[in-house]
Amino acid sequence: MGGFLLSKTILIVIIFVITLVIAMYSTILERKFAAWLQDRIGPNRTGPGGILQPLADGVKMFMKEEIIPANAHKFLFIMGPMLAMTTALMASVVIPWGKSLKIGDFVMDLQVADLNIGILYVFGVVSIGVYGIMIGGWASNNKFSLLGALRASSQMISYELAMSLSLVAVIMSTGTLSMGEIAAQQSGWHWNVFTQPLSFIIFIICAFAETNRTPFDLPECETELIGGYHTEYSSMGLGFYLFAEYINMFISSAVMATIFFGGYNMPFLDQLGLAPNVEALIGTAFFFGKIAFFILFFMWVRWTIPRFRYDQLMNLGWKVMIPLALVNILITGSVLILRDHFNF
Amino acid sequence: MQAALFYGLSIVAIMCACGVVVSRNPIHSVLFLILTFFSISGHYILMNAQFIALVNIIVYAGAIMVLFLFVVMLLNLNKESEPHKSDLVKIIAATSAGLFSLVLVGVLKGATLPAYEGMMDSENGLVKNLGRVLFQEFLLPFELSSILFLSAMVGAVLLGKKNVQA
Repeated sequence: MGGFLLSKTILIVIIFVITLVIAMYSTILERKFAAWLQDRIGPNRTGPGGILQPLADGVKMFMKEEIIPANAHKFLFIMGPMLAMTTALMASVVIPWGKSLKIGDFVMDLQVADLNIGILYVFGVVSIGVYGIMIGGWASNNKFSLLGALRASSQMISYELAMSLSLVAVIMSTGTLSMGEIAAQQSGWHWNVFTQPLSFIIFIICAFAETNRTPFDLPECETELIGGYHTEYSSMGLGFYLFAEYINMFISSAVMATIFFGGYNMPFLDQLGLAPNVEALIGTAFFFGKIAFFILFFMWVRWTIPRFRYDQLMNLGWKVMIPLALVNILITGSVLILRDHFNF
Repeated sequence: MQAALFYGLSIVAIMCACGVVVSRNPIHSVLFLILTFFSISGHYILMNAQFIALVNIIVYAGAIMVLFLFVVMLLNLNKESEPHKSDLVKIIAATSAGLFSLVLVGVLKGATLPAYEGMMDSENGLVKNLGRVLFQEFLLPFELSSILFLSAMVGAVLLGKKNVQA
């Protein structure tokens, strides 16, 4: 029991730190990437090549004056960013970061909790993630904030449906709801993206909408809503909202890599004849490589595609994504029945 | 440990449920209701019903309550604009609620409830067992209720549509 608690605590702390560091360095990566796409240099004054820029930004955020508007609801105004941050950090619990490590007799799982309903847990966290934005936007007592919050909630609810429906097909073909088992099933090249390509496309589009990234960043559409739900926030309150977005991006990249791109499985790794621990660590490194790819993809899309109009966003969600996901479920179900029937 | 969790969760659930009724600001009521759903989900987890616990969070706390909050925010209800009911209505409401609670207490006093401890290790709430029961024993009621939902959805769309030709 003691070893179990200790290993889980260590794992949670490591994941927490890694998440924060990755989110922190995603900010500079995003700015550098944007600069590269637009043929600029990007931030390069702080440290060698601008590598200390996130720290400088963090210090700036902390040092700024915290302004709470006079007519704002104070308690909820502070609760909003806290909730956004907490829910963003919660989903990492069910992600399998690698195969188990063996230290002496002790087996350390690189997954905090292998719930038998792991995917549903991710949905649960995603579905309560909207409260941080809604509460913050309402408590600001500003019409632009409120409009941003309402947009965010309706957008997230609409795309959550398509997201869940797209994963139903994956659940049908893998036959499990546990993230650990889904990752373990995809050893070698048996990645789910090859069996469920349509499901993956729907999922990644919905992930963009759920994380409020361009082209679906209407809740913070500057040309219409000033800053959207975080218009009234300053200092670290604003920092938390911006930071939560990067954490969400990291977590949804990890979820996509786990469910569709084999998680920690690296093709041909088991043929190299390495020690199990080394193999597990290389698998974890490869997993982080996949996550980095998806984070870069998020940024690439942001600086390539312009923002949608709001009615276009809703039409895409309800009239394209959800029917496509339903068709995908139908196809998957028929293929599964045919396979059972003809034994291929 | 489990008893302590049970009492802790129950206290939170009851306090939040009272908060829903007592608070004057409708936004606070909705937020208290969300907390109530979370503590009820905690009870489900105590009874080893993880699937029901999470579905409760996803559907009620995550979707229905967001829509509630959405509507309350859009209508911008607050205590200034809220119409106050007359005293007669308040007295009638309090009396009928009191009588109802009397009936509930009477019913629960005579009923024999299964022991709570026994439920903690039950496997009924796991996805596998729940799915088996739903799709074998209760297939017809399950499918009928889904048709009921579909008809409710169609009805809502029809009502929401402008210029319906009779």
